[in-house]
Amino acid sequence: MKPAVAITGVGAITPLGVGARTLHERWTAGRGGIVDGLGRATEFDPTEVMSVKEARRADRGTQLAVAASDEAIRDAGWEDEKPYAPDRIGTLIGTGIGGITTLVTNQDLLREHGPSKVSALGIPLLMPNAPAGAVSMRHGLTGPSFGTVSACSAGAHAIGTALRMIQYGEADAVVVGGTEAALVEIAVASFGALEATSPTGISRPFDARRDGFVMGEGAGVLVLERADLARERGARVLGEVAGYAATSDAHHLTAPHPDGEGAARAIRLALADAGLEPEDVDYVNAHGTSTPLNDRVETVALKTALGDRAREVPVSSTKSAIGHLLGAAGAVEAVATVLALRDRVAPPTLNYEEPDPELDLDYVSEGTRPLDVDGRDPVAISNSFGFGGHNAVIVLKGASA
Amino acid sequence: MSTTVTPEQVESRVLDALVTFGADASVVSRDATWEQLEVDSLDLVELAQVVEDEYGVEITSQDMQSLPTVGSVIDLVVERAA
Repeated sequence: MKPAVAITGVGAITPLGVGARTLHERWTAGRGGIVDGLGRATEFDPTEVMSVKEARRADRGTQLAVAASDEAIRDAGWEDEKPYAPDRIGTLIGTGIGGITTLVTNQDLLREHGPSKVSALGIPLLMPNAPAGAVSMRHGLTGPSFGTVSACSAGAHAIGTALRMIQYGEADAVVVGGTEAALVEIAVASFGALEATSPTGISRPFDARRDGFVMGEGAGVLVLERADLARERGARVLGEVAGYAATSDAHHLTAPHPDGEGAARAIRLALADAGLEPEDVDYVNAHGTSTPLNDRVETVALKTALGDRAREVPVSSTKSAIGHLLGAAGAVEAVATVLALRDRVAPPTLNYEEPDPELDLDYVSEGTRPLDVDGRDPVAISNSFGFGGHNAVIVLKGASA
Repeated sequence: MSTTVTPEQVESRVLDALVTFGADASVVSRDATWEQLEVDSLDLVELAQVVEDEYGVEITSQDMQSLPTVGSVIDLVVERAA
């Protein structure tokens, strides 16, 4: 029997503002954070959480991860004292791209002024494991720490790996999440050239007029603890990471397999890992990028994996409110999902107005809806699919009422 | 370049750099030690880069680390730049 793993703290910095509750409250109120076709975390000010030296030694992606981890650790009640030995606490932070602002800045210095002007901090800031290193150092967490790198599924892979670390006994707790700060010209231009991003700048997952994703930035972090230990210390529990699975399409560098076989298999395996059936699923937090292909294939995959249940369960996309946070998406969406489950609601897919005849699930277009769970602990799946054909699905449970 | 280097210029540049790196401006002075300023190896790598770039003086971060105060680095830079 695998030990249960509790979520005891959450933190998020997103285009909807600073704080996990801010994300939850504003999204469920139907508010979006996308302005002029980009989801910027405009309310985030790194100097509120970091010293000058810390901020200089951190790419924006690391700054976001540090701020979100501070919040999650406070939320878990760990602020004064860690409840476990430091070497029993791991740190996993995923990212899709890494410190691209630092890379671009130093490339410019190299071109304009030569190699002697390239910063000594260049590599340590741009390396994709820098956020995990910074969070581990900030809180003195000496268990395993590293970054997961799988494009838009990096955050979900991090959570799944953290679950396994606790279940396997490598750690009693893990500070886990994802971060991304890639709103720089080269990334915007590259996704644009790939025709992956929306030329109209509107994120409307599953809508017939969807024309690409909207880039966003931010970070999400959760504190996971072995559930029996969390109970023992009297922790307030928000929910559980109940299951996880990861698969690969082995099909194409950027496009999902048209049958959604890899995605469907990840959903089925994740439910099996949680010991649950399709009938147990109360809510689906979709990957829902607003690209023509993803939303069609994800719909197919949900039908394949959940059978008849797919048509009954509410499916919505956080990306309709904040855009696509790439390597942070899976973690931010897990934060949003666990808070939604705790409140027994399915938040809406914003901007959904025109149904696509092929996409015939219940996308929660009318606004936040109460979940009818009959006194049970509500269950959600959260999907993440990344360039490279990486599929990661986590199963989340909301805490008992 | 070296003909225009004055001790005042070097002092001002080095102290400015340390503040930019995040050292407490009220503590930054010729007499301060690295410990007092909480300056570490990464700061010294950056300082070595500034000194080499602006005055053509090569001092490794390890050599800087072994000097007792900020002032002794400034003096060494002025001496070697002359």
